[in-house]
Amino acid sequence: MSDTHAQTARFVRESMLPEREPPLAEVGAVKWVRENLFSGWLNILLTVVSAVVIGWILLHIVPWFWNSVWKAGSLSQCREIRDEAFGPGASSACFAVITDRWHQLVFGFYPQTLYWRPVTALIVFLIAASPVLFPRLPRQALWFSAISPFIMFWLLWGGSVWAPLSVLLGIVLAYVAFRIASRFVSPVLAMLAGVAVAVLCWGLLAGPLTTDMSRILPIRLRAVGSDDFGGFMLSFIIGVSAIILSLPLGILLALGRQSDLFFINKVSVAFIELIRGVPLIVWLFTASLLLNYFLPPGTNFDLMLRVIIMVTLFSAAYIAEVVRGGLAALPKGQYEGADSLGLDYWQSMRLIILPQALKISIPGIVNTFIGLFKDTTLVVFIGLLDPIGLSNAIRASTDWNGVYFELFVFIGLMFFICCFSMSRYSIALEKKLQREHR
Amino acid sequence: MASTVDASSRQGFKLSQLIYDTRYRSLTIQAIAMALLVLFLSWLVSNTVQNLSDLGKDFDFGFLGQRAGYDINQTLIPYTSGSSHARAAIVGILNTLLVAFLGCILATIVGVIAGVLRLSKNWLVARLMTVYVEGFRNVPLLLWIIAIFAMMTEATPQPRDFREGGTASMWLWDSVAVSNRGVYIPAPVWGPGSTALIIVFVLSIAAIIGFRRYAFRRQEATGVLLPILPVSLALFFLPSILAYFVLGGPVSLAYPELGGFNFQGGLHMRNSLIALWLALSLYTGAFIAEIVRGGILSVAKGQSEAAFALGLRPSRTMNLVILPQAMRVIIPPLISQYLNLTKNSSLAIAVGYMDARSTLGGITINQTGRELEGMLLLGLFYLVLSLIISGAMNVFNARMKLKER
Amino acid sequence: MSDVAHEMQTSRAIDRSQMQVSDEVAIQITDMNKWFGQFHVLRDIDLTVYRGERIVICGPSGSGKSTLIRCINHLEEHQAGRIVVDGIELSNDLKNIDKIRSEVGMCFQHFNLFPHLTILENCTLAPIWVRKVPKREAEETAMHYLTKVKIPDQANKYPGQLSGGQQQRVAIARSLCMRPRIMLFDEPTSALDPEMIKEVLDTMIELAEEGMTMLCVTHEMGFARQVANRVIFMDQGQIVEQNEPEEFFGNPQSERTKLFLSQILGH
Repeated sequence: MSDTHAQTARFVRESMLPEREPPLAEVGAVKWVRENLFSGWLNILLTVVSAVVIGWILLHIVPWFWNSVWKAGSLSQCREIRDEAFGPGASSACFAVITDRWHQLVFGFYPQTLYWRPVTALIVFLIAASPVLFPRLPRQALWFSAISPFIMFWLLWGGSVWAPLSVLLGIVLAYVAFRIASRFVSPVLAMLAGVAVAVLCWGLLAGPLTTDMSRILPIRLRAVGSDDFGGFMLSFIIGVSAIILSLPLGILLALGRQSDLFFINKVSVAFIELIRGVPLIVWLFTASLLLNYFLPPGTNFDLMLRVIIMVTLFSAAYIAEVVRGGLAALPKGQYEGADSLGLDYWQSMRLIILPQALKISIPGIVNTFIGLFKDTTLVVFIGLLDPIGLSNAIRASTDWNGVYFELFVFIGLMFFICCFSMSRYSIALEKKLQREHR
Repeated sequence: MASTVDASSRQGFKLSQLIYDTRYRSLTIQAIAMALLVLFLSWLVSNTVQNLSDLGKDFDFGFLGQRAGYDINQTLIPYTSGSSHARAAIVGILNTLLVAFLGCILATIVGVIAGVLRLSKNWLVARLMTVYVEGFRNVPLLLWIIAIFAMMTEATPQPRDFREGGTASMWLWDSVAVSNRGVYIPAPVWGPGSTALIIVFVLSIAAIIGFRRYAFRRQEATGVLLPILPVSLALFFLPSILAYFVLGGPVSLAYPELGGFNFQGGLHMRNSLIALWLALSLYTGAFIAEIVRGGILSVAKGQSEAAFALGLRPSRTMNLVILPQAMRVIIPPLISQYLNLTKNSSLAIAVGYMDARSTLGGITINQTGRELEGMLLLGLFYLVLSLIISGAMNVFNARMKLKER
Repeated sequence: MSDVAHEMQTSRAIDRSQMQVSDEVAIQITDMNKWFGQFHVLRDIDLTVYRGERIVICGPSGSGKSTLIRCINHLEEHQAGRIVVDGIELSNDLKNIDKIRSEVGMCFQHFNLFPHLTILENCTLAPIWVRKVPKREAEETAMHYLTKVKIPDQANKYPGQLSGGQQQRVAIARSLCMRPRIMLFDEPTSALDPEMIKEVLDTMIELAEEGMTMLCVTHEMGFARQVANRVIFMDQGQIVEQNEPEEFFGNPQSERTKLFLSQILGH
């Protein structure tokens, strides 16, 4: 820079300036409080109002919690203990009801000695779900996920091990038949062959196989009826099985809704809108009141299965919308790339489109599951014992008549822990997918 | 493909063309799908017919004309137990619509406030709103409904506690009573001359709309900005207040008063309505808060920076740049939340609120044994309602769609 | 653009020993028309491509050049006229469409690699599922072509980990794994940074040197001059001019061509 102005004073720094502390108002707690709580009249007002609200809530809740009684046989006993310790009429929670009855809220009337079975089933479920939810785990683990439903079914309902195994056998045979047939005929025909083999296996083979094998190699657990299922276990079973069972149907509906084929498109849209337009509770009443009308005369199966079928159909419509979003998010180039290589529709869906679309859809599917899990509480209205139903049952006993909020807090907390952690997971995954997408 | 058509017609039609020819393939698939569907549906129908005849029932909507014979505790239109089932159904439908309408309004207010406050720089408020949103979103609505209902019935005073020397007192200068029988609020009494007051009010609203139009036209023509907000406020309040006094106070309030064992006069809002309304609004409000927050965050920061760089003031930036873009993102999911709220109002069953499901889909079915017809009508009602709402949403989306390549 | 062209011409001598055009017809398009709704995109297209030809198609955007080559493997459906590829008529018969697609390779502007599959899996997917080749053999073929496009060491990475130029070379290798007899290129270098264009063009030149029949929609006029044996200029859905590159660039006939060339080479 030779053309510096003549007036510009020459300057060369002799020593570098050390770092200095900012003025007091700019650092630490003072700055933080000023900026975050009292930066203007509106802000001050908001701070004061929310402090009052928080104070009011704490004033009511803290003593109630603080004075809570955890060991008592009934509500009146609870009251006695309270009167003794804190004086009559003091605000006090009687959490003794939870100590006394928590196992019912969690397991319903499942036999107490067999609690290890639902617990093991839960562990199996978590192991099975992890390779789906965390893509970093080895893909081979998905095989375990595929057979885990049979293990869980056997653990929960008990009975002979050969019943779920023969169902599994049907599916394996169907897959083998499909693979063999697809070498010779078109994939659609091969799929039909697979279905036919499965139906034959279940219809002809499964019954005799189960009875014979049970006689030869009697591996069985004590059978537990659906009537004994209840509490969070019931909510979880209904939610999980509905989501898993609804995935295939939901994917088909999403493909149908994306399809160019007029009739298939309209049928998918009609089904989705019909299901989504009517509240779940109406569908549940349909399951309990009407399903028997639609099935062949004389069919009768237990209410829990009917509910699972209905909730499956219900969640399929919601899953379909989620998957449709995933399909729409894929660039058109992916479809064209698959086409230009000569893949047919099912191949390109199976190998290219769905793996990507489903990956994008996982957060949405998790959110659907959260909604469904919360909605399983509605089964109380058709007589199943979900946590809320059990809270009513507990209150109906003479010991605990009049206990409300302790039960609500416990149930609410359980739901909150499950749903909140799942929603955190889904948000984290969504962010990760967005980063990858960029 | 003109020439190929010739080619194939020359060779004649082959059966394999049904599968491999792109022109027939889709028709073949659809025909098969349709056949399967028809088969399935006819299977369902034949089962139903068989089952109905086994039970000695028929399929008939005649029961709607019969005497209902049960009471409904909240009726918006005249109804007695002697009215027909159809009228009971309508009372229920109106009750559903009432709680849904009230819920949508309160949920929007709560949701917008919570959503905006969650973005506030005020640490305390933002945290408080986060706790509210997460707390309500992650706990089943049903639990909130029964918890709020329990709070209303178990933790509020009985009417007799409001007597002289009792433990409870009314709120807001003795005008609102919160008791375990429900909430009592003052009811408006329309005296003579109130029609004129309403006309004045409607006219002032019309004047506000007219003034705003005029102001915008004026601004377009001359560039001069008129003070819109103060004039609108003045137009809104002044004429009505003036008219109220000129007409000698034609509208008065009837206050609830304790008489005997209960309150008399005023408007009685049942606990079932209040619990359902509050729970629905707070629950849906939490979802709306997230939608609002997401909508505001979705407008890129560059947008407001660009507007500031052009010299627009923050309030103008909000009105002219941020809100129009945020609304586009907010409104569609907002409407689907309204839809959810409406459907969730069927949880009225938990608190004994007499909505469509409780009358048409509940007591009527139990009394007449017409499950099939009753559930069909109930489903149809919800379906039509949601189709109307989603239809409105589609119209909105089509209109608001950003013009993009 | 002209800079790149210049650099290319001096960078490397092209081995023309195998670039021979035979009399065998590879693609025959007669009287082909296509509409998008009311819009007449392609009008009376007549084009015969002989085996071994390297054709560059250029023209302003919206002239229908991409649509033309997308019709050849039925990514777009034409409404009138005939397209015969390798003796197979592109008719309504799905089997014919599949046959043509496995004979004709295509490279896209945005590569369209499958992001959830590794490079190797991208290359072996179609041979395994369409040609029903055993996996081992498909992988050997894939490695052969990946070596040819000079990225064998990236075989186990995912597309997202590669640069644009590398991705486009993978896309070329992916097409080659189906052993196509014809290659279509739809603006293969338009989405690339300037420094990556050359590596992709080099790959395309090598392909041309081996005698591959190629149809390229591109604005790389240097490539057209050096490699093409025919340049086609399209405008408003029709073929306006076609000629040998020397003649096309040296002595354009149509006014539209002159205008177009002056716009893209002039500055």
